[in-house]
Amino acid sequence: MDYGLTELQREMVALSRELAVKKIKPVREKYDESEEFPWDIVEELRKADLFGVYLPEEYGGMGGGLFELGLISEQLSRTCGGIALCLMTSSLCSMPILVFGSPEQRQRFLPDIASGKKLGAFCITEPGSGSDASSLKATAVADGDHFILNGVKNFCSSGKASETYVVFFSTNPKRGARGITAFIVEKGTPGFTFGKKEKKMGIRANSTHELVFSDCRVPKANILFKEGMGLLVAQNTFDFARPGVGAQAIGIAQGALDETLAYTRVRKQFDVPVASFQAIGHMLAECATQIEAARALFFTTVRAMDAELLPAVKKAIAENITVYEAMKALNCRRWSKESAMVKVFSSDVAMKVTTDCVQMCGGIGYMRDFPVEKYMRDAKITQIYEGTNQLQREEIARMLVKEAASSEREAAGS
Amino acid sequence: MNIVVCVKRTPASTSVALDPQTGAVKTAGLPHGINPFDEYAVEEALRLKERIPGTKVAVLSVGPAENDEVIRAALALGCDTGVLLSDPAFAGSDVYALSLILAKGIQKVAETRGGVGLVLFGRQSNDGESGHTTAAVGARLGWPSVISVRKIPEAADAAVTVERLREDGTDVLQLTLPAVLSVLKEINEPRLPSLRGKMAAKKMPVETWGAAALGLSADVVGKAGSRMDVVKMAPVPSRGAGVVITGETPEDKAQALVAKLKEAKFI
Repeated sequence: MDYGLTELQREMVALSRELAVKKIKPVREKYDESEEFPWDIVEELRKADLFGVYLPEEYGGMGGGLFELGLISEQLSRTCGGIALCLMTSSLCSMPILVFGSPEQRQRFLPDIASGKKLGAFCITEPGSGSDASSLKATAVADGDHFILNGVKNFCSSGKASETYVVFFSTNPKRGARGITAFIVEKGTPGFTFGKKEKKMGIRANSTHELVFSDCRVPKANILFKEGMGLLVAQNTFDFARPGVGAQAIGIAQGALDETLAYTRVRKQFDVPVASFQAIGHMLAECATQIEAARALFFTTVRAMDAELLPAVKKAIAENITVYEAMKALNCRRWSKESAMVKVFSSDVAMKVTTDCVQMCGGIGYMRDFPVEKYMRDAKITQIYEGTNQLQREEIARMLVKEAASSEREAAGS
Repeated sequence: MNIVVCVKRTPASTSVALDPQTGAVKTAGLPHGINPFDEYAVEEALRLKERIPGTKVAVLSVGPAENDEVIRAALALGCDTGVLLSDPAFAGSDVYALSLILAKGIQKVAETRGGVGLVLFGRQSNDGESGHTTAAVGARLGWPSVISVRKIPEAADAAVTVERLREDGTDVLQLTLPAVLSVLKEINEPRLPSLRGKMAAKKMPVETWGAAALGLSADVVGKAGSRMDVVKMAPVPSRGAGVVITGETPEDKAQALVAKLKEAKFI
């Protein structure tokens, strides 16, 4: 399908595909098995200029947006969703800094992320606080020009490998959700250490770590946006990041289908390729159709989001204000509903497609020597992280009701 | 030092069909790219550029206007300039005529850029596969040429030391420059382009030199200047099924294998 990509976008797709096939494919099983962080591939991604495709040129990026990030995420995930995540987590760190960071914070943190010199990560989850983020227990207590951070965060993707972290603490536990504040914390800050490394079902090339804060002093200048506004920062970050999970899911689904199509065309039973059986053919057709539908929803949504985000970024840089302020000035809307739709739809497609691909490949599809079962394991996380699909449906439903109520009010008022 | 690296545009696929009637290779519509063997030559040129300060790399390709894409692919990787040697009269050149075109092109690069120290080729093309071009260009230029180079341990402006792979070992050769080399794929691992490199390469000027610019008349290039006739081309016959040796125990299988080898007079 031709989605009307620009020359630069086409080159991004071609280069990330070439890199995935030539560099990632030969090592994906090794990293899946060893669960080591793929630093050699990170270096290749860095040299190829892929870390900054979605960041402004002012900070060393290629000037694209969520669309470009999605293009390369899909191509990398098509070969390995775990290794792709090592690039994608940097966007989870840089998006809140881009949108909510002061011009000084943007200048201080974004260039190293855009160049790939430093990896970034984002962590809000705690052992007792997952979907219910507002119940987090980690605290930040003011001490002069500093805050003292205490608590444990877990399930941090690209944890330990990353240099820059956006982490959430309660600066005022009495205020609950309104007492949460986002901080930028750098690796090496005294009192900030790494705990348990998780053993996962899929995306095993990426490191998932516990972050431990024990009397960790960070300057007030590291507060992202405003004290008590952390949940707003987190929610907006997820609005921008969830389509990325969609792109990852689409890539995983496409990769599984590529392998399955190749196999079912050569695998013969009863003297004919199994792809020629109607039972398999219809499954292939259904997989391809679902993937294309997910991709169309993804592209349409992120294009619309970029059309609002990118002018706000431009305005913020020109006027030396935060992007969030520029978005308010430009009357940009929230994308919670649409962004959740992309994530829910694409990740459900990925789970369905990869499960069907294992089925179509039969016994060999279940074996770890064959690449298809890994796609199925990798797909599962896309239904869970950055907000479970159950939570996304809650969000979509809430927005539907809110929008209906608001249009009723408008109709009554007019 | 100035290095010239020669690249050929060939089908990207390894399985190319032959027309059963004419025997000609059917390349129309196939995706093309830099001949994979030439990628090692481009990489080695770039590594020499990184080793020897002041080195510039020029990419040269002979062929129609479409060859622009392989020149730009090499520019995207970090080569400095590109020249397309293109003229309708060049069509149908064999190695004999092609080596003359390339030699003239290299001489013109030397004239316009202040000399050439090294010329690099891949070991062969993945379509014609003659593997003769390196030696032929060396002969045309009157420069030493070495094929099957697997390492360049020392390189400076005036001389290089190369390791040439042979069936029974390795030769270590010191060459006074200028010289012509073809490199093996063991020599390096080609890099990928960067996004910025790819975009910059699109805007870089690529010169085109035709027969007149190279001082070549129509009778020494193309079919007229060639000495080889392709009489017939045929696909390689596909390999038959193998023989599976069965037996109760490993000893039985070994005995059956030895019996078969004796029967075939291999032992």
